[in-house]
Amino acid sequence: MGNLGSMLNMFKRIGVKASIEADPEVIRRAERLVLPGVGAFDAAMTRINGVPGLLDVLRNKALIERIPVLGVCLGMQLLTRSSEEGVLAGLDWIPGITQRFPKQDGLKVPHMGWNIASLTTPSALTEGVEPQSRYYFVHTYCVQVDDPSFSLMRTHYGVDFEAAIGRDNIHGVQFHPEKSHRFGLQILRNFAAL
Amino acid sequence: MNALRTRVIPVLLLRNESLVKTVRFGKFSYVGDPCNTVRIFNELEVDELMFLDITASREGRGPNLKLLADIADECFMPLGYGGGLRSLEQAKAVFDIGFEKVCINTAAIEHPDLVTELARHYGSQAVVASIDVKAGWWSGATVRTLAGRRNTRHDPVTWAMEVERRGAGEILLTSIDREGSWQGFDLELVKRVADAVSIPVIAHGGAGTLQDIGAVVKQAHASAVALGSMVVFQRKGMGVLVNFPDAEQLQAVLA
Repeated sequence: MGNLGSMLNMFKRIGVKASIEADPEVIRRAERLVLPGVGAFDAAMTRINGVPGLLDVLRNKALIERIPVLGVCLGMQLLTRSSEEGVLAGLDWIPGITQRFPKQDGLKVPHMGWNIASLTTPSALTEGVEPQSRYYFVHTYCVQVDDPSFSLMRTHYGVDFEAAIGRDNIHGVQFHPEKSHRFGLQILRNFAAL
Repeated sequence: MNALRTRVIPVLLLRNESLVKTVRFGKFSYVGDPCNTVRIFNELEVDELMFLDITASREGRGPNLKLLADIADECFMPLGYGGGLRSLEQAKAVFDIGFEKVCINTAAIEHPDLVTELARHYGSQAVVASIDVKAGWWSGATVRTLAGRRNTRHDPVTWAMEVERRGAGEILLTSIDREGSWQGFDLELVKRVADAVSIPVIAHGGAGTLQDIGAVVKQAHASAVALGSMVVFQRKGMGVLVNFPDAEQLQAVLA
């Protein structure tokens, strides 16, 4: 999981205490949750399902205690119902699906690089974000939400897709905030202030 | 409209604990302390950084993890590392520090399965195949390993297709003949490789002007551009100045 170290570095930079945990007992005491993720959809769901009690704790924190949750990259895709990358069910916390980028001439996949994302539904996560903010993306699959009100930012690569999604206390960003200079820093600051 | 910006990536060469710049893989000039330099690139908000340890493979050693960790602490941008990587374990250590890409060159030739294994474990987007190419006296251009020392006699296009098939997510294509020369990219080489594969090709070696950057993207179909001398020297033959082309000027040559 290549982005874990950088994520911790960035939280350190903004003065937020963060740690990497998979132990349900530790996660039970968390005030905020980040679901990072690099790799495949089914592999991630299998790992979540494979730790006894983990899924229950995550559900409890996200849906009952309703603490702020942020899915990053694959972590955002896990928030949807399903993904064309795998056969396992997603967490289904934000109504939507994860699809593969369509095959198109000249469209290199994975989509890898910096995009400017446009703000859609206003949210505390995107508060104060400047219009030309750019973010670093690396992904082969992209999210479409069922209802536009769940979309916080959209961008384009061959197709329009969600750069950030949100529903109540649950959020996801397709890009890597920990690798997106001050633009990503702002999103993580906003998340830390939720 | 395609909102994707063409990535422009400083490639920084590590030699022991220092950053250096080479000309045609030789003639080292001292550039500075890696961490100080990285801090400047972070402030300049560059798209991505690639570090290559140019003596690791030759010396048969792995990455300097302490130095890489110090670098990752300073950087809020995508980071790649290449040099001396020969195993999944070594790559994992680099990923854990906060790098998201590893660059495989010598080991890819010697153990092509490593490319596949890395892609399977970490995804293709994390695996950059580095291909160093040098023109021969009698034959055409061939792929070199061990920082240019060994001629594998592989054809660059055939080898690029092979690393793509094996799971590489990107190719860092370096022209040894142009590296550090400021004479412009080898457009013919870049175009032949970029047109033969569907993964992104990062063109490296020869950039001297903004026009060179525009040309390699538009004429030779590079997906991204790597800069060496241009971002660490004032001008050809001049002193060290860590810099990065102005965003608007880049936009103008890439548009």
